[in-house]
Amino acid sequence: MKSKAMNEVALEFPSRSSNEGFARSAVACFAAQMDPTLNELEDIKTAVSEAVTNAIVHAYPDSIGKVLVKARVCPGNVLEITVKDHGKGIPDIDKAREPMFTTGGEERSGMGFTIMESFMDKLVVRSVPGKGTSVTMKKKLAPRMKAGK
Amino acid sequence: MEINAKSMDRNLLLELSGEIDHHGARDAMREMELAVDAALPKKLVLDMAGVTFMDSSGIALILRAQQRMCLLDGSVLVCHVPEQAKRVLDAAGIGRLVTIR
Repeated sequence: MKSKAMNEVALEFPSRSSNEGFARSAVACFAAQMDPTLNELEDIKTAVSEAVTNAIVHAYPDSIGKVLVKARVCPGNVLEITVKDHGKGIPDIDKAREPMFTTGGEERSGMGFTIMESFMDKLVVRSVPGKGTSVTMKKKLAPRMKAGK
Repeated sequence: MEINAKSMDRNLLLELSGEIDHHGARDAMREMELAVDAALPKKLVLDMAGVTFMDSSGIALILRAQQRMCLLDGSVLVCHVPEQAKRVLDAAGIGRLVTIR
């Protein structure tokens, strides 16, 4: 069941690689309200960069389509990020998640999912060939002492 | 991202700076290969001190550098890796394949 978000934001943009930097920075800015550590913020940026790059490279290899990024602040100081596309889908998700597996060009390493898994606490990938893919990632941020309390 | 090349005595130093992501990866890779082909170094040093962000595109770049230097019978050293980029390399286990200092 979906937990109720305490705050959320949605971004939609065309699958142009110039939007990768925008997407990761925008999610990091949104996450700033959770008072993350610098490391946590960098982890979030890195994971978003991987997920958005996947959508841009693999969902729409020969065309420009829409990429949707949602970020939600959930109870328990959990940040949930969903990156969704309506592209060609992943025929074999288990294979796609294997380290070093890539169908991308020579400038891809095949480590995107491995990095998302290691930088976030939870990663769920759903995909229907011909319909699209959604990647949902969760990260629990460490509680921090508020100044003066 | 930017690459600044310095070559001396068949040592090639490439100073990488800025954000290394998929958007700039293709150009960066080409630039690196052109620099290596021009210098034909024995040793390639990738200095990452100026890198402000890196995702898995940086891994592809480093592995490509490694392949290229392998063909030249040379070596690659990756140095001054910032904390965030280091975690990306560690998550991918790249330290087993390339010398990082």
